[in-house]
Amino acid sequence: MSDLPPYPPLDPTTYDLIIVGTGVSESILSAAASSSGTSVLHLDPNPFYGSHSASLSLPDLTSFLHSNSLSPPPPPPSDTPDFLSVDLATRSLYSSVEIATFDSSILDERHSRKFNVDLCGPRVLFCADESINLMLKSGSNNYVEFKSVDASFVGDSSGELRSVPDSRAAIFKDKSLGLMEKKQLMKFFKLVQAHLAAAAASSTESDEGAVKIAEEDMESPFVDFLAKMPLPPKIKSIILYGIAMVDYDQDNVEACGDLLKTREGIARLALYITSIGRFSNALGALIYPIYGQGELPQAFCRRAAVKGCIYVLRMPITALLLDKASELIETGGYKGVRLATGQEIFSQKLILDPCITVGSESMSSLTDQQKETLRVLVPKSISSEGKIARGICIIRGSVKADISNALVVYPPKSLFPEQLAAIRVLQLGSGLAVCPADMHVLYFSTVCENDDQGKAALLSAMSTLIKPQVPENLQSDSAVENDTAEAAKPVVLWRALYVQAMVKGEFGGSISSAASPDGNLSYNELVESAVKLYEQLMGSEELFKEETSPDNTTEEENDGGVEIEA
Amino acid sequence: MELEIINQTPIKPAAFSINCTKQPLSLSLSLSLSLSLSLESRCYVTLADQKFESHTLAYLTFVSYHRRNMHGRPRKAYKPEEEAASAAKAAKLRGLQSQFMANHHNKIYTKEAVDLSTKLLEINPEAYTAWNYRKLAVEDKLSGIESDPDLVKTILDEELRVVESALKQNFKSYGAWHHRKWVLSKGNSSVGNELRLLDNFQKLDTRNFHAWNYRRFVVELTKRSEQDELEYTDDMIGSDFSNYSAWHNRSVLLSSLLARKADGFLPNKKIPDEYKLVQNAIFTDEDDQSGWFYHLWLLDQTVNVETPLLTSSWPSHSSRISLYAGCSKGSFSKLTTFGSESGSFPLVLYFDQAVGGVSSSTVTIDSELKGNEDLVWEPVSKKNSQVSCVWVARLKYISSEPCFGKEYKVKVRVGNSPGIVSSRGCNFSASYEFVFTAHVHDTVEESSQDGIVSWKDGFDIWDAESKDLNALATLDRSNAQMDSKWRQEAIAEEIDLFRELPDSKIGKLTLARLLMAKAMISDDAVKGVHYNEILELYKDLMALDSSHYQYYKDEHSVALLRKVTSSTEDLSGHLFRCRNMNNSVCLRLNNLSLSRIASVEKLLFVQMLDLSHNELHSTEGLEAMQLLSCLNLSHNRIRSFSSLDSLRHLKQLRVLDVSHNHIGEHSVDTTRYLCSSPLSNSEWPQDEVGSQMPSLVTKYWDAYFVLRDLNLKQLDITGNVIAGDEFSSFVLQVAPKLVWLDGKKLEI
Repeated sequence: MSDLPPYPPLDPTTYDLIIVGTGVSESILSAAASSSGTSVLHLDPNPFYGSHSASLSLPDLTSFLHSNSLSPPPPPPSDTPDFLSVDLATRSLYSSVEIATFDSSILDERHSRKFNVDLCGPRVLFCADESINLMLKSGSNNYVEFKSVDASFVGDSSGELRSVPDSRAAIFKDKSLGLMEKKQLMKFFKLVQAHLAAAAASSTESDEGAVKIAEEDMESPFVDFLAKMPLPPKIKSIILYGIAMVDYDQDNVEACGDLLKTREGIARLALYITSIGRFSNALGALIYPIYGQGELPQAFCRRAAVKGCIYVLRMPITALLLDKASELIETGGYKGVRLATGQEIFSQKLILDPCITVGSESMSSLTDQQKETLRVLVPKSISSEGKIARGICIIRGSVKADISNALVVYPPKSLFPEQLAAIRVLQLGSGLAVCPADMHVLYFSTVCENDDQGKAALLSAMSTLIKPQVPENLQSDSAVENDTAEAAKPVVLWRALYVQAMVKGEFGGSISSAASPDGNLSYNELVESAVKLYEQLMGSEELFKEETSPDNTTEEENDGGVEIEA
Repeated sequence: MELEIINQTPIKPAAFSINCTKQPLSLSLSLSLSLSLSLESRCYVTLADQKFESHTLAYLTFVSYHRRNMHGRPRKAYKPEEEAASAAKAAKLRGLQSQFMANHHNKIYTKEAVDLSTKLLEINPEAYTAWNYRKLAVEDKLSGIESDPDLVKTILDEELRVVESALKQNFKSYGAWHHRKWVLSKGNSSVGNELRLLDNFQKLDTRNFHAWNYRRFVVELTKRSEQDELEYTDDMIGSDFSNYSAWHNRSVLLSSLLARKADGFLPNKKIPDEYKLVQNAIFTDEDDQSGWFYHLWLLDQTVNVETPLLTSSWPSHSSRISLYAGCSKGSFSKLTTFGSESGSFPLVLYFDQAVGGVSSSTVTIDSELKGNEDLVWEPVSKKNSQVSCVWVARLKYISSEPCFGKEYKVKVRVGNSPGIVSSRGCNFSASYEFVFTAHVHDTVEESSQDGIVSWKDGFDIWDAESKDLNALATLDRSNAQMDSKWRQEAIAEEIDLFRELPDSKIGKLTLARLLMAKAMISDDAVKGVHYNEILELYKDLMALDSSHYQYYKDEHSVALLRKVTSSTEDLSGHLFRCRNMNNSVCLRLNNLSLSRIASVEKLLFVQMLDLSHNELHSTEGLEAMQLLSCLNLSHNRIRSFSSLDSLRHLKQLRVLDVSHNHIGEHSVDTTRYLCSSPLSNSEWPQDEVGSQMPSLVTKYWDAYFVLRDLNLKQLDITGNVIAGDEFSSFVLQVAPKLVWLDGKKLEI
């Protein structure tokens, strides 16, 4: 970032809200705030949109993962006459970053611009999830096109992938389920549907005699409810990990910590069921944005820009400005930020990227009130929230013949006995404009307690799906293994492994912190936390209120306004 | 004014809601699978030009209203502004229509006039007159240009384009689809486009029967292979297995492929595969009808063979019958004894399906019995029908030359020359020969000629001799001709599977049908067990599903009769000696709550039958029992003499007890509507009785027709509403040979 072209000074210098970082959470907040008439300055230290939700080329991705591990450049001198300046530090969300290139041609010029690789993968959208609703509400759907994920599978250590029977037609066509299993599964789906219908009906009128799941069952663990249905273990596992997308082993209370309640389980099934068939062009429940997940924050940013938000990329902030006079503490003490250019910009409120913190040495000299103002930036409060191990493989070939875009889930214990959490794998093809034509991008993720555990789990999934390959310099030895099953597997060309810290968004009065990408497959929890943060910032104002009516009309006409390429 | 062909139909589209899956499974009571798709071109001819407009507009509204609610599509309520728009549209349409009519009547086929009809059809594809007008216009144009292929193509392509845009307006327009067929039949070469167009329409509504019908038409035209079409049904069923139309088309295609033994389409391989496919549908969603229908069709394919078979005969193969002259009241102590005043005995052939063409050339008789050179074979069926399961010929055994005290071998060869054809058009191919011995006695047994036959008591257990029992054995050859191994295996597999669906009605019913099928094609030894299970299943169903009670009841009766007739041991338990009747043998099937008669093919030998205290509504089936001379139907549920119509075929019947039934109880008798009214029937012979007492004949016409053809000596009618002095006097006129009426000897 040394070759930054000099920016002209920003004008105006005072805003209602400054947002730093253009991740999904920050972008939603920026679009929502701009739409409601708030003046917003949206900054990002990176030269691209999306922050931790961006889609990047391979070199950019590599340098982002590494650069974020480094300490920020020393801040410029911090003596201001009117304000107390607090230096900011950047901490990295990523650890144990490990990048290996097995085929250097992949970094060639001719390929380099064809990759749009997600930092926060594997991630998809459910057709009926909140992020879609929010896009429709905000109008940002106009900037993104989607394609269907063709299939989803449940895998195990044998390498076999069994398709997830998630609909009537899929159950009918499934070859691995027995007839009685089909019957049981369909019966269960019908029960869920009847329950949902009854729940929908009873919200308007009290309905006697409708099929509903008993209230005491709703509070019991979902896994117990499934066993009570009775569903055999095989189907239980498909429902829990392949449809409800549960992370932790539900049969192991200690490892899991908190078991999924039936109420929540049914809600997740409901999301899946309502997603199928919401848009007539979509094949199944899941869709993925063409050009990568990075399109999503960009779409919200464009929406924000249309509504008057000012964008500046490649603009880190180096310090916070606080009131010097401690008797003026009622205002919260926060005044503004100092940009990397040295310019000082003022705002009522500030939302920061989750990786921005305040060093403890800077904190020591502050008053209690000032510490209170900055509390969301203290690293220790955001440390112990779990980690996600992520992996990216660029492969030649496909994990399943004839299928390009597919989700694979390895339930807990399916790969090795110590596997604590489900591992999700998403394969995407060139049809989504994320990689060159003859390749696929594979994303892996699993929640984990520590780096080694997480990476071990991912490597196990990788070795099940992909032909193992040693780095180029040792390649001569690799011809030893050559059985036919291995031969059919795809070849890995490039691989990244890293562990991402999970940071939850936090409201802190004038200074708030946005959430980092989480370990889920969808954006649901991120959207939820962004909405909550917005409500706290703005009072209980509804997001994108005024956009609702015009977009509803298009929804009837055109696939709900979401572009899905068939 | 001219003749217009108009499709009969505002009602039809709605009638096809049979395809809807959301309805609770209603049991189909028929085996027929050709429900929905054969109705395509039911047209009627009407003089309709004048009424046409209002009819069409009403239909237009109807269609747009219903189309939205078909196959689970949501229906929207009309808003006031939409209604206004619709009224404006109607006004515009009326204007167009009258202009068009003027052109039509004046036979104007200019470009402007034709364009006007295009406009009209694009708004209202149901304007059938406009389609016909276009046909005339096309003919007119074609006659003008003769043989320029490019011009012909342009003209026909324009027609196709108009049809396509009309179909976009309403893809269920009969007129538009017919017009398209008509254009294609004119020899337009672009048929390749048709399948593409169809794919779009079939995606829009996968169960659109117009599209399916048209698809079959195009497939025929393009000679597309049936295998390819079968794959297409695979895809359609795969994406939605509730697609009844796809299942139906599959059954049609498979029937054809199996029938012509196409490569890879052997029944013993293909049918089990199809069972696997439909199992997936049924087990995934047992509430969906489509799969069950297909399963029923498969079962039918498994159990039945197309070629007709001879099921049984009387006399049966290698049996020995004794023939006496005279006496005819069934009063013979042996089953194999028969006597008749007419000096002839019936030779009965029972086929497994209705056949025609049984004659002295297709069935040859080789015997020394004289006077039987040109036998007349008669179908035992309703008047004028030339097909029947049962055929009878009467062999003379008393002729001018004395032939008493002799034994004659009679050799019958069925299917000697081709000509016996089933109603489906299949030939009785494997000829079959059977031989029996007739012993003609010179004694005339006339022990109780005019005595009353009493059903009350005096029945003894029948002490059967083994040779008598053997005589009961009828030929049961259907197994031999079928390659039954795969059939048995397939059915056994299905039975195991459906035992696991105990909680559904259709599951129970299917299991019962499967068990029945198994019993039909398996050895005698295991049959009894199956019948007991079948009977239990139908009992359960009667309790579970009261709306189809009568169907289950009938099936229960069928199973019970099959069980009774399944072995000689079972059957002999129902045979009794009638002490008062010179120890003659009587089959007693009383008190079994039978509602239907079945298994008659095993009971051809019966001369005395007690069916009292059952729940019979009709005697249908008994017509095959040509030897029957005494029949007790008292305490049943017979409502009219029309229900006894089948008895008219029983030439030997002398004693009939129909006391304590419901004859005359119901003033409106639904079965009457199925009979032709005697008063409007010009063929009604003005016989003696008819001219003597026309009012009584008019009043009791159904009794008249039955009794007139019978030769009864004893009739019991008490306990019916119809009984009374008036009816008795009428009976005496119609049945002059009657000796006993209601237990009283008549003074002659």
